[in-house]
Amino acid sequence: MSDLTHTTMQEEESKPQGIRWGIVLLWVAVITLIALLGWGLVRTNAVRPEAGQAAPDFDVEFFNGFEWEGRSLAHLSDMKGKVVVINFWASWCVECRLEADLIENSWRQYADQDVVFLGVAYSDVEPNAIAYLDEFNITYPNAPDLGTDVSDMYEITGVPETFFVDKEGTIRHVQIGPLNEQTLNGVIQQLLGESG
Amino acid sequence: MRKSCRLWLIVLFILALTTLSLPVFAQDNGVTDDEVNEVAKDIYCPVCESTPLDVCGTQACADWRELIRTKLNEGQSRQEIFEYFARQYGDGVLADPPQRGISLIILWILPVVLLLVGLLFFSRMLARLRKTPETAAAAVASVSRPVDTQVVETAAPPKNSAQDDYLARVEEELGKKK
Repeated sequence: MSDLTHTTMQEEESKPQGIRWGIVLLWVAVITLIALLGWGLVRTNAVRPEAGQAAPDFDVEFFNGFEWEGRSLAHLSDMKGKVVVINFWASWCVECRLEADLIENSWRQYADQDVVFLGVAYSDVEPNAIAYLDEFNITYPNAPDLGTDVSDMYEITGVPETFFVDKEGTIRHVQIGPLNEQTLNGVIQQLLGESG
Repeated sequence: MRKSCRLWLIVLFILALTTLSLPVFAQDNGVTDDEVNEVAKDIYCPVCESTPLDVCGTQACADWRELIRTKLNEGQSRQEIFEYFARQYGDGVLADPPQRGISLIILWILPVVLLLVGLLFFSRMLARLRKTPETAAAAVASVSRPVDTQVVETAAPPKNSAQDDYLARVEEELGKKK
């Protein structure tokens, strides 16, 4: 009799434990759900990284025929110690055509200095993007924005948009719309003049 | 003379047939706008908010529609084209994005897990509520019934330590009486 009673009591002791695990699991699931929804909300309302903030790191795979220091794939973090000009463009963008020659000329002007120009083709069809690069004889490193990952990260509102990153990897200037010579060369000169 | 005339007529007839069949031939191998739009309606414009590609007037959309036409001409299926666009421009451009990554967790896995945990929790809670009155009744019955039937009654699970103590005391008392 006492064995049976003992077994029964053991079973009973384990039952409240089971309920407690159920509650713990329920709370874990609820907290996870809230965290995921919160994360989604933060992502949806993410704002463009502004001047003074660290430039989000990304990697790009260059178009055929383009490279940076012999690499077909590069990370922004690899360019630390150099001034980086990240230009978002597209072949279907009319205003991008206004600055295409200017950026290429500037790239050639600063080719032997610590400046990297990086073109990122946003939502473009590859043959059209390559035709655009050929049309303007663009030689600085250019890459498609696969999955629109880079433009999502930088929360661009359209093209053209240009981010100037200093040698420390901090965004120093954001240009919405086409660049002009004064801004482009002025910001580069200023950033080159700073000790890195 | 008549024979050559007939021959010419046959040649002309064949030429006419060939000419007439040419547009049909081109249509069979080419991709119509309807076919392009059938795919394009499930892809969204990259630069304008919530506008399907088939009704979008921007240059970017026109380029994308041409890309769809090229891919259909190459023999790619609807699904393959969707996969290409998702890979190239992100899942966000598809009207029906694939369930993977975080969207898979939020939309599919998490609700199922929550439902299962909820069901588990409530079934246990209901079982506990149902058994509590039974245990109390069993405890009362074990006091009033003869000793030989009491074994079965004690097998009914008590629900808390107060009841455990109570039953233990009842058993002790009964043992003394024996």
